[in-house]
Amino acid sequence: MLPLVRRIVGLWVRLPSACTAPALLCPSQPRVGRCPVEHVVFRRPYSSQKEQLDMSIFHVENIRNFSIIAHVDHGKSTLADRLLEITGTIAKTDHNKQVLDKLQVERERGITVKAQTASLFYHYKGIYYLLNLIDTPGHVDFNYEVSRSLSACQGVVLVVDANEGIQAQTMANFYLAFEAQLTIIPVINKIDLKNADPERVEKQIEKLFDISKDECIRISAKLGTSVDKVLQEVIEKIPPPSVNISDPLKALVFDSTFDHYRGVIANIALLGGEVQKGHKIVSAHTRKTYEVHEVGILTPNEQPTQKLYAGQVGYLIAGMKEVTEAQIGDTLYLHKQPVEPLPGFKSAKPMVFAGMYPIDQSEYNNLKSAIEKLTLNDSSVTVVRDSSLALGAGWRLGFLGLLHMEVFNQRLEQEYNASVILTTPTVPYKAKLSSAKLIKEYGKEEITIINPAEFPDKISVSEYLEPIVLGTILTPDEFMGKIITLCQARRAVQKDMVYIDDHRVMLKYIFPLNEIVVDFYDALKSLSSGYASFDYEDAGYQATDLVKMSILLNGNPVEELGTIVHKDKAYAVGKAICERLKDAIPRQLFEIAIQASLGSKIIARETLKAYKKDVLAKCYGGDITRKMKLLKRQAEGKKKMRKIGKVEVPKDAFLNVLKRQPEK
Amino acid sequence: MAVPGWLSPGVRLAAIARSARLSGSAATRQAPGAEPVGQAALYVHWPYCQKRCSYCNFNKYIPQGLDEASMRSCLTQEAQTLIRLSQVQRISSVFFGGGTPSLASPLTIAAVLETVSRCAHLAADAEITLEANPTSAGASQLAAFRALGINRLSIGIQSLDDAELGLLGRNHMAAEALGTLEEAKKLFSGRTSIDLIFGLPGQSVASWTRRLEELIQLCDDHVSLYQLTLERGTSLFKQVQQGFLPMPEQEVVAEMYEAAREMLRAADFRQYEVSNFARNGALSAHNLSYWQGSQYIGIGPGAHGRFVPRGSGDSLREARIQTLEPDSWMKEVLNFGHGTRKRTALSQLEVLEEVLVLGLRTDVGITHQGAQVLLERFGCAGLSATDPPHTAPAVLGGQSSPRDLNPDSSSKQEATACSRSPEWTGALSGHLKILHPI
Repeated sequence: MLPLVRRIVGLWVRLPSACTAPALLCPSQPRVGRCPVEHVVFRRPYSSQKEQLDMSIFHVENIRNFSIIAHVDHGKSTLADRLLEITGTIAKTDHNKQVLDKLQVERERGITVKAQTASLFYHYKGIYYLLNLIDTPGHVDFNYEVSRSLSACQGVVLVVDANEGIQAQTMANFYLAFEAQLTIIPVINKIDLKNADPERVEKQIEKLFDISKDECIRISAKLGTSVDKVLQEVIEKIPPPSVNISDPLKALVFDSTFDHYRGVIANIALLGGEVQKGHKIVSAHTRKTYEVHEVGILTPNEQPTQKLYAGQVGYLIAGMKEVTEAQIGDTLYLHKQPVEPLPGFKSAKPMVFAGMYPIDQSEYNNLKSAIEKLTLNDSSVTVVRDSSLALGAGWRLGFLGLLHMEVFNQRLEQEYNASVILTTPTVPYKAKLSSAKLIKEYGKEEITIINPAEFPDKISVSEYLEPIVLGTILTPDEFMGKIITLCQARRAVQKDMVYIDDHRVMLKYIFPLNEIVVDFYDALKSLSSGYASFDYEDAGYQATDLVKMSILLNGNPVEELGTIVHKDKAYAVGKAICERLKDAIPRQLFEIAIQASLGSKIIARETLKAYKKDVLAKCYGGDITRKMKLLKRQAEGKKKMRKIGKVEVPKDAFLNVLKRQPEK
Repeated sequence: MAVPGWLSPGVRLAAIARSARLSGSAATRQAPGAEPVGQAALYVHWPYCQKRCSYCNFNKYIPQGLDEASMRSCLTQEAQTLIRLSQVQRISSVFFGGGTPSLASPLTIAAVLETVSRCAHLAADAEITLEANPTSAGASQLAAFRALGINRLSIGIQSLDDAELGLLGRNHMAAEALGTLEEAKKLFSGRTSIDLIFGLPGQSVASWTRRLEELIQLCDDHVSLYQLTLERGTSLFKQVQQGFLPMPEQEVVAEMYEAAREMLRAADFRQYEVSNFARNGALSAHNLSYWQGSQYIGIGPGAHGRFVPRGSGDSLREARIQTLEPDSWMKEVLNFGHGTRKRTALSQLEVLEEVLVLGLRTDVGITHQGAQVLLERFGCAGLSATDPPHTAPAVLGGQSSPRDLNPDSSSKQEATACSRSPEWTGALSGHLKILHPI
């Protein structure tokens, strides 16, 4: 936990008593810390005079709401740091590294998981501007969050690495912004790098995005080169929000966090009206009414203000107890003044499921409370209690995607010190039922299958469906052949292939989600020496040929190892599981046949030879006590084993097969 | 578990009669009910070695300024205290183990034997074994040991390959071992045993059988065969763990074992216990008494014992362990007369469990009647379970088919007796439950 504490302290240290720019209404108050800017100082939240900021001085035409979007590692967060420094939002020190990435996992992985917002004040051509920077999660798993964040913006800064050029996520993010009809400011970052080739990147941008290369700004966020130009472009090019203060309140919730003392803190963008303490507001989604306790802006820490006005971005605390009450995409309005909710709201939909179990069952309650705390901040994770004969009590968690799953797991380990067993991820299949009896039983014709035990027999099913995604791969063309082979092996269907410049190709494929959830990304990275990038988006469901595969030990099925697989993949998957089991089950006094079967048909087999026991061990006076102890311990050990027929299977064997394999 | 076979009572008696060397104790074991209550075997632990062997995890020390006179007086003191505590009238056998007891001066060995025969009856022909390493057992020493009463020698030859001996950390060469064996055979004719280890890193079936063949030609009437067990904390364990030494495959070691059994059988050896082979009836009476569940007294640092401390008014058998470290042990002996560090009273069930586990290591196994006898006599000394009355209709786990020491007739029924399948063990424990209403 120490790093977390240090991190928080660090943030406070780095943001000494917010010395920000413009002259606002601010009566006498002590100045704390060094203040490089002469104007007026914002108050700390702990000041006795709260809600000093009067946001009404920022007229709509002087507000710009924008986002920075980029592929992983192209310098989005570093650019955000520089913008915060230039505008005096944070003091300029050497330590400002990814200030907006507060989570340890974000800093370690260099990714942004949680959207962060910062209000910047910038003096340009004699006018004080309020620039609201909405930092978005960089990964497609959080696509929905990205799109919600973008809907609070009028423009984006699209950052592309001058060396790597356009990557898969650059594409995905561009299209999100493009579809939202936002102003796009292309920025080519890292021009200080030795291998930087901004001209090539400009050509790619021109070709793929149809944006003139003259519009590209070449910067180095690391060194601060031309970063102020970015701010100026934001003001010049991005339109102010088209909203009206006189309209009734209409606020978009684009993010939320949970504070143990204050409850849910909803990040909102005001698309109409104004909001202040004491207002009664209603959630369009839940229809619940709340009284507003506090509003303010994020700098990026919470800074209470008297009011928030249309066009502005800030936070709101209104006695919401759970993050599910402030779902991303929800619309808030004033009590008795309902407005048309903003379109496009949807609840987070899990795409990848995995079992999570405590390594030791005695840790169950600790893990439970850790998961509860973590899901407070991340309502997109679905949690269903589950139990496995082999692994004990646990949960089946639904995640937005693979990265989301990894991040969740890492946060559990880092922030809650919980070590868990995570099983191989699976995807939600569907079945269209044909049996009238089953339809009656389920009450619907189409059911979702998450647990293989619930897999309905083919006789009573007219069609099985599996989730598919549209995957985008960008790669230097030298790896194209290998990548196409890989995609074909994953049952993918090519949809598109475009040369984005002389050497780089963009491939689009429809993938069954199941084929990419385990190791596709690693395989892609390794066969392209790390050069190919990959991104995907949800593409619905398609009909498929699914079978349930059972694993047998000497003819007896092992319930917890049953899986749903595509018919064409059954052999390979069965063989792999049998091989892993063979390595994991200790040899016993008789031969063990490890088989994979589809119905009654055996498709793979491994044989575990009988154990040759060391019979010639000495046993005299002194050895007897030891021998008896050993026998007792063996008897205890046998109790812990699962007996399948006569075969004793230690828990570890299940673990080896069920848990996610480490990346190679 | 491989128990070569089941002797029919008649044949077994004949075998015992042939082994006149087993003398007094053998005669009493024939009729279980008649075994004297006041009898125990005695184990004496000499905790010192010249050098640490790479595979050994015994309680042994490299002596530094060893005061042998004190050691001697402590051993005799403890022998006296514990024999009196057990109130046995008779010590059936004595075994000097270690460490390397042949490093002790004959004076020390003599002093212990002298004390034993003063405190209890030690028959003139009682088996008195000394463990010897090929280096420390110079010819003159061996003769001296024999002169003071040692009548059986167990030599730790381990291997006849100098490279393997090096691997095991032994400080002798194959040639020395053969010399010692030659000498011992003269002095302890028919009562010299050798220890051999197989399944060593790098060993093949061929190299093992070649050496064994050689040894069978040279050895006396007793061989103890051990598969190398890698013990945690030994240097060999570490080397294998770190991947410096390749252990032979399970199948290979199993083949070595089968080959060795076959060769020894062909040379008229009887596998009377899983690791022990004897011909001409040269069974170790002392070790046999462990496997029969008889009581034994252990003296010396780290020695184990199983006896009823009648002297303190107890009637339950106790598992007793002496203090491990020699100096502390000596201090305790000086202060209290003995260095027993741990006493655990054994329940009926525990005693029976031990008898079961140990009895199944022998070729005669354990019998229904034997267990009954055990129960009847529970709490008494000498819980012999192996020798049922002549009329024993069946033994557990297999047919009591005739088998003598003739190798030809033994092969068939081995199949029934040698695999310790779960059912078999289950049947035995089932019997125990029936017999033992706990």
